[in-house]
Parts: sequence; C-alpha cells; structure tokens
Amino acid sequence: MTQLDRIRNFSIVAHIDHGKSTLADRLIQLTGTVAERDMKDQLLDAMDIERERGITIKANTVRIEYPAKDGHTYILNLIDTPGHVDFAYEVSRSMRAVEGSLLVVDASQGVEAQTLANVYTAIDANHEIVPVLNKIDLPAAEPDRVREQIEDVIGIDASEAVEISAKSGLGIPEVLEAIVTRLPAPKGDRDAPLKAMLVDSWYDPYLGVVVLIRVMDGVIRKGDKIKMMQTGATHGVDKLAVLKPAMVDTPELGPGEIGIFTGSIKQVRDTKVGDTITHEKKGCTEPLPGFKPSIPVVFCGLFPVDSNDFEGLRGAIDKLALNDASFTYEMESSAALGFGFRCGFLGLLHLEVIRDRLEREYDIDLITTAPSVVYHVHMRDGSMQELHNPADLPDLTHVDHIEEPRIKATILVPDEYLGDVLKLCQDRRGIQAELTYAGSRAMVVYDLPLNEVVFDFYDRLKSVTKGYASFDYEITGYREDRLVKMQILVNDEPVDALSMMVHRDRAEGRGRAMCEKLKELIPRHMFKIPIQAAIGGKVIARETLAAMRKDVTAKCYGGDVTRKKKLLEKQKAGKKKMRQFGKVEIPQQAFISALKMDG
Amino acid sequence: MRAPARRPPAHPDARGRAAAQSAAGGVAQAARGGDVPREDWQEAGFGIYLHWPFCAAKCPYCDFNSHVSDRIDQHRWARAYCAEIDRLGTLLPGRVVQTVFLGGGTPSLMDPELVAQVLGRIRATWPMANDPEVTLEANPTSAEAGRFAAYAQCGVTRLSLGVQALNDDDLRRLGRLHSVAEARTAYDMARAVFDRVSFDLIHARQYQTLAQWRAELTEALAMAVDHLSLYQLTIEDGTAFGARHARGGLRGLPDDDLGADMYALTQDLCDAAGLAAYEVSNHARPGAESRHNLIYWRSGDWAGIGPGAHGRLSIGGQRLATSTPLAPGAWLAAVERQGSGALPDEPLPAEEQATEYLMMSLRLAEGCDLARHARLAGAPLDHARIAPLAEAGLVQQHADRLRCTPQGRVVLNGVLRALLG
Repeated sequence: MTQLDRIRNFSIVAHIDHGKSTLADRLIQLTGTVAERDMKDQLLDAMDIERERGITIKANTVRIEYPAKDGHTYILNLIDTPGHVDFAYEVSRSMRAVEGSLLVVDASQGVEAQTLANVYTAIDANHEIVPVLNKIDLPAAEPDRVREQIEDVIGIDASEAVEISAKSGLGIPEVLEAIVTRLPAPKGDRDAPLKAMLVDSWYDPYLGVVVLIRVMDGVIRKGDKIKMMQTGATHGVDKLAVLKPAMVDTPELGPGEIGIFTGSIKQVRDTKVGDTITHEKKGCTEPLPGFKPSIPVVFCGLFPVDSNDFEGLRGAIDKLALNDASFTYEMESSAALGFGFRCGFLGLLHLEVIRDRLEREYDIDLITTAPSVVYHVHMRDGSMQELHNPADLPDLTHVDHIEEPRIKATILVPDEYLGDVLKLCQDRRGIQAELTYAGSRAMVVYDLPLNEVVFDFYDRLKSVTKGYASFDYEITGYREDRLVKMQILVNDEPVDALSMMVHRDRAEGRGRAMCEKLKELIPRHMFKIPIQAAIGGKVIARETLAAMRKDVTAKCYGGDVTRKKKLLEKQKAGKKKMRQFGKVEIPQQAFISALKMDG
Repeated sequence: MRAPARRPPAHPDARGRAAAQSAAGGVAQAARGGDVPREDWQEAGFGIYLHWPFCAAKCPYCDFNSHVSDRIDQHRWARAYCAEIDRLGTLLPGRVVQTVFLGGGTPSLMDPELVAQVLGRIRATWPMANDPEVTLEANPTSAEAGRFAAYAQCGVTRLSLGVQALNDDDLRRLGRLHSVAEARTAYDMARAVFDRVSFDLIHARQYQTLAQWRAELTEALAMAVDHLSLYQLTIEDGTAFGARHARGGLRGLPDDDLGADMYALTQDLCDAAGLAAYEVSNHARPGAESRHNLIYWRSGDWAGIGPGAHGRLSIGGQRLATSTPLAPGAWLAAVERQGSGALPDEPLPAEEQATEYLMMSLRLAEGCDLARHARLAGAPLDHARIAPLAEAGLVQQHADRLRCTPQGRVVLNGVLRALLG
C-alpha cells in the first residue's frame, strides 16, 4: 500500500494533435516505466482506430513511479480519457477517479475544440488544473498569447503554465515535478468499508473481463469477495494488479490507488461504468453518486455487403460485444439487404467506431442503414410500440400519434460564434431554454429533438464554431410531434436502408438534400437514374443522375492488353463494395454519407 | 464497314476448344492449311511488333516506354533485335508474317540501315504474306522526313505520323518539336513515297472548344488520304501532365460532357467524310484499316520485340503472354548476356483469353464473334447481361455478332463491366 500523500492521480485534457499522447509517452519514458525497447509511439492508444482518428475511445491507464526532488518516490496514476460527446458519461467517470488534470495546449494553436468540453468536465469534477504549453520550440509558438487565452476563455490561472516540447522532451521533468507539487493528493479512509469506482472494463481473451477501479475508501485484496452495488453481482477477486501499463500483480489496493481486478466475470455487459464496488460483507451502504446506466440512443442496421458474410458478421459482433457493453444488437432481415443486425449505440461516433472495427478487424464490408432514434408509436387502441427501425412503422391508419425523444443540450461557445450556434439549433427544431454569459463565453441550453442531433449535429457545431464550442446533452423525455416516414427511391425502387423518420416540416429540405447527396455518391450508370424522396405515395424531392457519357480507353494496343485487363478486374473487385438495388449499384459508403447534412 | 482483305474466311462452328488444342504443335501444318482444325489465333493472323524506345524529347502526356538519350549505338541495337528475331524464329517456325509494326518511342530516329537489317532478318526468318503491311511511326520534323524515302526503299509500306495538332500553340503545349508547317511538309513527303499514310491527332486538349476542334478536324479530313487516329487526351499517371494534374495545374481540360461532345462530333465529321470509325479512336476508308492493329483487336498472335514489348503467342497448346524488361539498358543486357530478352512467359487461362478477346473486339465496329468467345470461355456469354445493354441501345446483337453501337463504344468500359459482371 502507498501513503496517500505519495499518490497523485491525474488525466490529460487536450485537443486532438496538441500532443496528449506524445506527452503521455514522454512521461512513461522518462520515468523508465517502460523499457526503451518496448516503446512505440502513442503507447496508450491501443486500437488502430484510436491511433488513426487521434481519439481515445477506451480509458487507458498507466502507473508511473517518480522520484521527486523532495527525495520521495511518488506513484503517479494517469488515466487517459475518451474525448467525444458520445462518451461524455465515460469521461465524467474517469475524471471523478482522479484529482487533477494537465491541460495541454499547443502554444502555436491556442485553445481549441474538445479542450473546452473536457476542461469543464474536469472543473466539474473539482480538479486542480495545471496548464501545459506544448510545442514551445515551434517558430510559431506564442506562449504569452496562449497563456492569456487560457485565462480569458477557460478562466484559470495560467501564469505558472509549464512550457514543454513533448516531441523533444523539453520541460518533461518540470511537468513531473508540477504533478507532485501542484496537484492534490487523494483523500480516503483506509479503515472505512471498501468503496471503489468502476472506471472501465474490457475483455481479455486470457483473463476474461478486466475491471479498472479507483479505490476511494478501504482496501481491496486478492481473494476478497466483492459486490457491485448497482447490479448486485458478487465476485471473488482472482487477480489484482496495477498497470505499468502492463499488468503487475499487487497484493492490495488502498485509498487513492488505481488498478485492475479480475473475478471470472464473463461479459463486459455485467460491469457498469460508474458502479460502486464494495465488499460482499461489511460493505459500504451508500454508493458513489452520479451513476447512470448506459442506454443506446441511436439505432441502425448493419448488413454485410456480401450476404455470404452474414455468419462472419454474427461472430464478429458477438466478439465485439464482449468488450463493449454499451452497444446492443439483434438480428434483422430486410427484403433488399438480406440478413443483418439492428444495433444500438451511444451516439454516431460510437456507431462509426464499431462499424470501422467490424470492417477492419474482421474484414467484413458493411452497409449501414439510416440511423434512427427510438420513437414511441401510440396506437389507436391505446397501446404503445417502441419503434427502432422506420421499416417497422405500423400501418398509419392504426396509429394515433408518434412521440420522439427530446434532449437538453448545453453548449458553451465564445460569443463571436453564438449567432451561428443559435441558427444551427433553430434549424434543428430547437427551443431555447437558457442563454447566459460568463465573460466572453455564452452558455446556451436548448431543448432539441434527439433525431436532429444524432447524425451530424456535433460535426456541424464544431464546424460553425471552428471547434470552440463544447457540447453535452441528456435525454429529457418524449414529446409528440408531426413525424412522418420518408422513403428514398432510386430508379423507382424504394431503398429501405435509407428510409427515415423526419418531421413533416423538415421533410422537403431533408429529402432534397438526400437526393442531391445521393446524386453525388452514386456513380453514373449506363442509363439515367431518377432519385426521389417520398412520403407515402407523394414525391417531395427529385434529382436525376445523368447517364455516363464517356468512359472508354482512348488507346488500347498490343502492349496495353494486360494492363487494361487488370484494370477491369480491379473495377470488378470494386463492385463488391457496391450493393445492387434493382439495376442500380449503390456504393456502401453512400448509405451513411447521404445522411450527413451540410446545413 | 467491309471486312479487310486479309481477314481469313470464317470457319464453320464445329471447332471445339479441345480440337483447337489438339492442333497445338502443328502450327506450321495448320498454317499450310491441311484438314487440321484451326487454332484460335488464326482467326486474326500473326504480326510482329518491334519497339524502338528512344525519342528526341519526352512528351508530357506520353506514358509509353520512351527515353531520351544522345548516345545510341544503332549497330548494337540492330544486333540485339536480330538476335531476338532469331530466337523467336525457332519458337515459331513457319509462321506467315502478315504485318510488322515499328513503334516507339520515335522509330523515325532509327537509321534506315538499322530498319533494313531488321526487316531483312524478319524476311529471312519467316515466310511473308503476299502483301505484307510494314508500318513505321514517325514524327513530322524535317530531319526525319528526310529519311522517309530510304525507309520506303527498305520495305516500309505504311507511315503513321504523329501530327497531334494543327495549331502551333497546342503543339508547344503538348511538348512537340515540330510546327504545323513542318508537319504538312512531312505529310506531303510521306505521301509521295509510301502507299499508305496515316496521322494522329489529339483532341480534348487544354482550353480546346468544340468549334476549334470542328475546324481542325475538318482541315485534317481534307488532308487525310485514308486513315486517321484521333485520340482523346488522356492524363496518365507517371507523366509530366499527370503530375501537373495531380497538383491542380493543367487547367482548361474539358469536362466529361464536353469530352463526350467532342467524341460525338468526331464520329459525325468522319462518317460524313467517308472515314467511319472502325475502332474507338481509329478511322479509315474501308480496306485501309491498320492490319497490324487489327491483329491486337481480333486477338491474333503477335511477337513483341524490344524493351517493354508485350506479345501474345500460341505455342504448344497454350496462349502465352510474353514480356521483356522495360528499361532499354536492361533489355539490351539481357539479350547480349543471356541470349534472350524474354521475361518468364505467363500462360493465359481460357477465361482470361475470353476476357481479352471480348475487351479488344468490342473496340471494333465489327464487334465480337460470340461463338468464338464461347469457345474460349467454355460457355456462352449470359444473355441476361447482354439484354439490358441492348435495350439501352449500347450494343446490338445479330446472330453470333455482338457490336457496340457508337453510343456504346464511347462508354465501352461500362459496357465491359456490365458484360463481365
């Protein structure tokens, strides 16, 4: 066990590309936590997708031992948190597990994007925050301006910001020293009943489910019988370890410490992020506050492009679900697309991440149908049906009314972008609830329909505010509205995968935008193709994709035969990424791209 | 379009693939025309392609295997070409050579002496058809035009001139070393000494309007005797234009619609002038088609000689795709040190032969012989693939002949994708 005052727990808050992962790597390297030969770039972002998109999806943790200038050795626990609104709840739990944050800002770029959202989550969690100015060695670095900006925009003292270059290693010892001297030690009572927070969990093929915890009070030991207070499940602690970042066994974890345990837990879905872990006997009575079960809010169908891949998809989804409790799935069949799965996600990024992983790790090409929220369809006989899929909308003659989920969206934005944000929210059928100012920053609260938010609201918000807005939301309830099912017809054939529920007043605009998008996304065919949006039998928007006019190789002689034949074969392979609807081939990527609106 | 004079008469349909293969090894015998069933290549004949890889300057649009060098030992090249002719002669004894094509590069930079040696060696190695077509590609500069008569003397019967444009600004833009006036002079000189002269023009050039192309093509048609190659400018990777295009340079290229309009205009003007398209980019009076190129489009056999030259040879019951090292130095070294410029042959499976035949034959106005295609493929082409194309007016089928309509030919890649599935 480690004395509380020799522990510092922290996270790193940064915008993409501002050097979070590089800084983490340097901290790990300088303290000798990982042998030099095992170092690779961005140690903590384990998934390819995380490395590529520069985002962190799962919380990653490393325990660093640091001999400080005061002569004592400190245990520094870094939790690297997810950085997207889809995972806002997971971020807030990770933040609650630590006492402080390093706020990393690129000294040449200044404060941006997610920085704000996450820094407020950190402030909410009562963090002490140490500003760190990175890339100080770039010619374009303006540390004084950025320092001022941190004080103005975020409202924290930046006079003692640490200046570093994570790339060259400059200033890293100062960061370590600042963690020890400026961040608070955790508090906790070793003699109180065990109270630990479940920060994250994942599936390991050898160990089963691995649970990341932060001990608040009491002590957890190998062999203990523990209980998860929200689910009521009990487990024996088989393995107890800290992450360096490889697992190193430890006999116990005391207050302030962060580590993992395993206990023959079969599925990740048996563990709930934010749950309180205590001893089965003589446990604590009050769970930690703030627990929320994760509920999927966006649903879509995932179908293999090649219907022969269905069994492969089933296996892949089963495996992914082992490691991700927040997505749900059940089998679905569609006339045009064959067999697939209806899946539920925390948000659109979550959807894209799962889809990318299925395609990449399991090599299955997928068609993603229009994402949908869960509607409440009230029937004339007084019953109510949950609608996850527009294709399942019952006969309208039996429907009394339809309700849709609404959210309370909180947006923080520098006031120069306020106008654009208000317009975006109005365009998305929002109702303004609050508008307040803090310095040069506005906070707007909107009541918005969830279905207007799930596709691309966050992307749009980032783009109209150049990344300066932060966004958080919670579901508030259901409300009746004039909702209709809009169908898309390509070459006069309805494409179910593109059907969606939409507000009647927005249908024309949405339909037109979809038809225009599809016109760009579907390659020209040998014949012209009408693309229409319709409600019931009524066409509300129409575009025509002209027939291909020229596609021929000008020169093809004896020396070109082999090359030309290979090109044809390559094009044939490319067709496998298309799905045939009647006579028309629609590229797989069109299904999701068509839904992203520009306005 | 009437079938060109050299086309072998069609045979009854009794020849199966197995029968064709059983004739393997009996090439000379078959060529002598006994009762032995014909092999597939004999539908189109046999020709020789010889590649001269050097140019005076590299054109920015050209992705052919061409190099600029000021030190070329033409004697050494003559020896290497002759050694390759000897090697192929042993592989293909008794083949009747119907055509020879000296391509490049700029073969009009070859010394007439070198051309004479190479053609002499070909004549000494194989029996020649009665009226062989021997084509040489030439650039219309005055220096090269001065050699035309000598080329004719040593057996070249047909000249293909790279005129490319009848507009000096565009010639400079295309990196050409000649002027319009020089090209016209060279053309007149060529007509004086060769039986047959063709020239190339490139359209869909930068900033070219439909009206400009109409005027230019009308001028060209007034000049042309019996054959024109009219290519749409294609931006190829690995060329100077390709690099400029990738960087967003090379402005003013026509969009697809204007390109399609230019192609359509080309067809109209040429048809009216009696030079209908017999192939995607080639126009001729009936009977004046390039017989050598027809061998490619009809999937005959051809021997490829020189660096980067590809061939198709039916030997021992197999159809082989032959190739050689691309770099002039590497090819020369292989011939001189190993006695062979051949890279390993690649036997073509039946379905690839069928694909090649379909892909090449549909470039021609005469189209594809479906019975021949079925023999190669082992099964007839699925009618369900043909029907929608026919309905859309892109192809026509009469008995065993499948042709692209002019509307279909301009989207041939799409037609092929639809046919091949």
